[in-house]
Amino acid sequence: MTHSQAPAVVVEGLRVIRGSREVIPGISLTVPRGEVVGLLGPSGGGKTTLLRSIVGVQVVAGGTVTVLGEPAGSPGLRSRVGYVTQSPSVYGDLTVRANLTYFAALAGAPRGAVERTIEAVDLTTDADSPVDRLSGGQCSRVSLGAALVGSPELLILDEPTVGLDPVLRRDIWAMFHRLADDGTTLLVSSHVMDEATRCDRLLLLREGHLLADDTPDGLLARTGAPDAERAFLALIETEEAA
Amino acid sequence: MNPRLTIATAGRVLQQIRADHRTVGLLIVVPVVLIGLLAWIFSGTRVFDNIGAPLLGVFPFVVMFLVTSVTTLRERSSGTLERLLSTPLGKGDFLAGYALAFGALAVVQALVATGFAVWVFGLDVAGPRWLLVVVAVVDAVLGTATGLFVSAFARTEFQAVQFMPAFVLPQFLLCGLLVPRDGLPRALELFSDVLPLSYAVDAMRTLTARVDAAGDVGRDVAIVAAFAVAAIALGSLTLRRRTA
Repeated sequence: MTHSQAPAVVVEGLRVIRGSREVIPGISLTVPRGEVVGLLGPSGGGKTTLLRSIVGVQVVAGGTVTVLGEPAGSPGLRSRVGYVTQSPSVYGDLTVRANLTYFAALAGAPRGAVERTIEAVDLTTDADSPVDRLSGGQCSRVSLGAALVGSPELLILDEPTVGLDPVLRRDIWAMFHRLADDGTTLLVSSHVMDEATRCDRLLLLREGHLLADDTPDGLLARTGAPDAERAFLALIETEEAA
Repeated sequence: MNPRLTIATAGRVLQQIRADHRTVGLLIVVPVVLIGLLAWIFSGTRVFDNIGAPLLGVFPFVVMFLVTSVTTLRERSSGTLERLLSTPLGKGDFLAGYALAFGALAVVQALVATGFAVWVFGLDVAGPRWLLVVVAVVDAVLGTATGLFVSAFARTEFQAVQFMPAFVLPQFLLCGLLVPRDGLPRALELFSDVLPLSYAVDAMRTLTARVDAAGDVGRDVAIVAAFAVAAIALGSLTLRRRTA
């Protein structure tokens, strides 16, 4: 691990307004390099908006977002940052292999990247099936593969484990940690609190505010709660009491 | 723009079309059937020789407009466009990739439709026959370019399909097929001067009537191509990397 390096993501005073609603009223945080960082919190709390701001596809009202040393959305970052949206965004009428081959070409990935990725997301037997014929969980793995195939330095994953069975979820999280061990930084959102324990670090987001930025152990120690879910509730109560 | 990414995108679009056998069939067969029907309706008269060539230009325009606007709308609504714009793919690469893919398809469509019109249904034109194919392909590319642009203003596939009567039928009424353009009321004649399909049909009419057609046809084809380039340029303005 390379903690000595500058953080992968630095967000300072980010404000985002969507329609007439201030989704993120001003948030500052950092994501260290080479770690799996979980972005947790209830739906509608601004997780996707924050991720989109880091990828650089969100119109922001104020603040700065620096990604791998460059302003978010810079042309130079497009091959270094991989983004997996919440609903699978791949071509349903193409096969798994055709999808990954196209995204590999866009990322300028080396030969062999496609086959390696197909194996990594465990779709070898379905590689030549059109994505439309696959199950929901398989579709999201194709979408994940489309981001992995370019070997980005930073992976932004919006709810990547929704609809996956427990075995597959365990395998996918194991893969996230392997990627992190190889130096990739992963920012993974989830509204399932039990995934918190699988992260190196946690960001708890509620109504656009950061409730916590800590390690899972640090969070439990600070709140005295037995698990992440109750730690989260404890933090909300403290905030509401204040 | 990056030629490698443009070609990768064109290849991907063609792969998608190839996977959809029914669409390929419709794209190739429907113009042939319509031209054949027209020849049959006007059998024994000179009418088919007069309007056959102009319609050979109109059909690919309409078909490509529809196919492109629906395909790109699907790309916008499925989230793949947002994903593509977060990769090194440029907006120009995206649009040129589509234009290239559908342009290639248009070449096949135009060759088949023109071949049937000339050799099976006996279409007789004064100008060189290969120019029929050139004009038909440019018209098809115009349809693709307009479809790319218009799809930005549709939120659903229903709306995209409705743009066909809204954008295409007025051009069809004013393009000089029903009433020659110089016989239209002055205001409508001026309006028809700024519609691309008018030049597409002018080119085909010249080709029908004159042996030395190449010069005038070349000018009209250049105008149609300019409209296509303008539509693609406007279309690229509607692709935004950052959205609210």
